[in-house]
Amino acid sequence: MAFTKDQRDRLTERAAQVIARYPQPRSALLPLLYLVQAEEGYVSPDGIAFCAEQLGLSEADVSGVMSYYTMFKSKPVGEYHVGVCTNTLCAVLGGDGIYSELREHLGTEGEEPTGDGKVSLERVECNAGCDYAPVMMVNWEFFDNMTPRTARQLVDDLRDGQPVAPTRGAPRLVTWREASQILAGFPDDQATGGHTAGAPSLAGLRIAKENGWTPTDDGEPQ
Amino acid sequence: MTTVLTPELTAHWDEPDSFTLAGYRRAGGYRALPRALAMNPDDIIAMVKESGLRGRGGAGFPTGMKWGFIPQGDGKPHYLVINADESEPGTCKDIPTMLANPHALIEGAVIASFAIRAQRAFIYVRGEVLHVIRRLHHAVAEAYEAGYLGKNILGSGFDLDIVVHAGAGAYECGEETALLDSLEGHRGQPRLKPPFPAVAGLYACPTVVNNVESIASVPYIVGRGSAAFAAMGTEKSKGFGIFSLSGHVTTPGQYEAPLGVTLRELLSLAGGIRAGHQLKFWTPGGSSTPIFTAEHLDVPLDFESVGAAGSMLGTRALQVFDETTCVVRATLRWMEFYRHESCGKCTPCREGTFWTVQVLRDLEAGRGTEADLDKLLDICDNILGRAFCPFGDGAVSPVMSSIKHFRDEYVEHVKRGGCPVDPAASALFAAEVGGAR
Ligand SMILES: Cc1cc2nc3c(=O)[nH]c(=O)nc-3n(C[C@H](O)[C@H](O)[C@H](O)COP(=O)(O)O)c2cc1C
Ligand code: SF4
Repeated sequence: MAFTKDQRDRLTERAAQVIARYPQPRSALLPLLYLVQAEEGYVSPDGIAFCAEQLGLSEADVSGVMSYYTMFKSKPVGEYHVGVCTNTLCAVLGGDGIYSELREHLGTEGEEPTGDGKVSLERVECNAGCDYAPVMMVNWEFFDNMTPRTARQLVDDLRDGQPVAPTRGAPRLVTWREASQILAGFPDDQATGGHTAGAPSLAGLRIAKENGWTPTDDGEPQ
Repeated sequence: MTTVLTPELTAHWDEPDSFTLAGYRRAGGYRALPRALAMNPDDIIAMVKESGLRGRGGAGFPTGMKWGFIPQGDGKPHYLVINADESEPGTCKDIPTMLANPHALIEGAVIASFAIRAQRAFIYVRGEVLHVIRRLHHAVAEAYEAGYLGKNILGSGFDLDIVVHAGAGAYECGEETALLDSLEGHRGQPRLKPPFPAVAGLYACPTVVNNVESIASVPYIVGRGSAAFAAMGTEKSKGFGIFSLSGHVTTPGQYEAPLGVTLRELLSLAGGIRAGHQLKFWTPGGSSTPIFTAEHLDVPLDFESVGAAGSMLGTRALQVFDETTCVVRATLRWMEFYRHESCGKCTPCREGTFWTVQVLRDLEAGRGTEADLDKLLDICDNILGRAFCPFGDGAVSPVMSSIKHFRDEYVEHVKRGGCPVDPAASALFAAEVGGAR
């Protein structure tokens, strides 16, 4: 579906802001792809054409870049896109079990959303939360120390419209499109809310404090 | 008792506002910056050289030396690019750092940019970490407002702009030249070196690419002096670093310690391997570093000692597995990752990762033969040293090292026609649901 005039105007204005951030316009391509993904939920041929036009590139060039990156979707995903880490560490600690549980529970294939459009599922690679394994992501927010039971509950809550908050993230879980908007470089107002460090992030600090250990012990005082 | 842990980057993460400008200032932040801006930029580079700081992104290249390679007076713009792509399996230190302490990175970035005479810096952060990205944008905005970024920083006449740029899900974009291509709006594939980024980096201009933790360590060095930093660590691996313990340990998490600490020491602080189990294997620096076993518990975790013991310090990503973990399964999953993430530019890596996965799948399912082990090593041989970028060498690490240490376990899969280990036993919730499917 082609963009309406309203959409186009809004997108064009935002695109200009994105392009202005960079010394060379082409650097804006990834954020622009996020921008059109925020508009439609995925990167459609129209989205590709829009990016190409803004940057003076061919559509083939843009789609060649887009298809390289797994976070750009060429088909719609759910309002809540769920990723289960099944890289080795999470897989071994339970990610495999969580993934197969969710796969069966949702009954969807690939990254297609559930019939209500709410939830889609993907295996993700290591998301840099290994000390919280097994880790899941919803719209790229952390859900830590998951089990098959808590994972099932989570997707049920998402489908039922129950309030859901990440284990380490913003207080309010944003939708897939809102997340894409943030990734385009237009953050929402939640930066100061939510979590700073979970217990594993503080594990070493806690022990150091108990023992009175600081780096300056061995160095010069300031 | 001697100091085992040295929290510096992690020191204030337990304060609820540690990520704000106010919180960072209260913790002593932004005190190194005026000091740096009053110095001759070359003296800052010399100071970082003297500190012995080596890159925290995996390769351990001396940071000050890298800065020194930037040609001066060349009339071209210079760039600082911060590698916040953190995607090496097991590596989970930069993400919590940016969530809880983004201003240390920004203060370091201003100092580094001043030293290399860059007026633009980019933070290339992996896309899959929404709240971290919010925090980075917020910290950058706060820093502009306080006059730590923008024009004429603290009245020094120095200008710097920082742009937060989100990646889009590609491990290879962590490789510095692939990152630059990605930042220029292309597929994230590596460039031929030389020329190195210091000469022809972003937009073919002199560019320093540094890891988050490397840059975040700079305020300490400038604030406390290079000697204070160099007093920690070992002879050639100086200072503190964040060690990330994950897997089958009682208390996984981030442990900031001088380089040279051992896994035995860290495990003793972390309550050891989870109750009732024993250490089987571990990675010292992420999945691209050859695995170690219990026999390596006392290897000092510095660049030289880990190298001498046959692996690499990498990113200090200590992924720990107990005896319930099948090493063939672990290796297969790592290879599925490399196959998925191979950028496809060179044949040895693109084809080699594909074929290792095929062979490993057969082996894990008990359909393999002993000859498959030689086949695997043969494929690895064709990747190692023959790939276009270091991804290839990293990809063969799990295969070669697991066969070296656990050949018998591979053979057992062949003999039994299946896996001897129950996968459910390795899950943390085995008790809760009576085993994963
Ligand atoms: C496949 C691959 C992935 C990499 N991923 C990262 C990464 O996520 N973060 C990082 O800092 N360095 C990564 N590196 C290392 C970078 O190429 C580069 O050495 C580093 O960013 C330099 O910074 P440093 O000297 O401060 O460590 C990766 C290298 C390779 C080959
Ligand atoms: S080794 Fe070759 S195919 Fe693999 S990531 Fe590097 S350039 Fe790409």
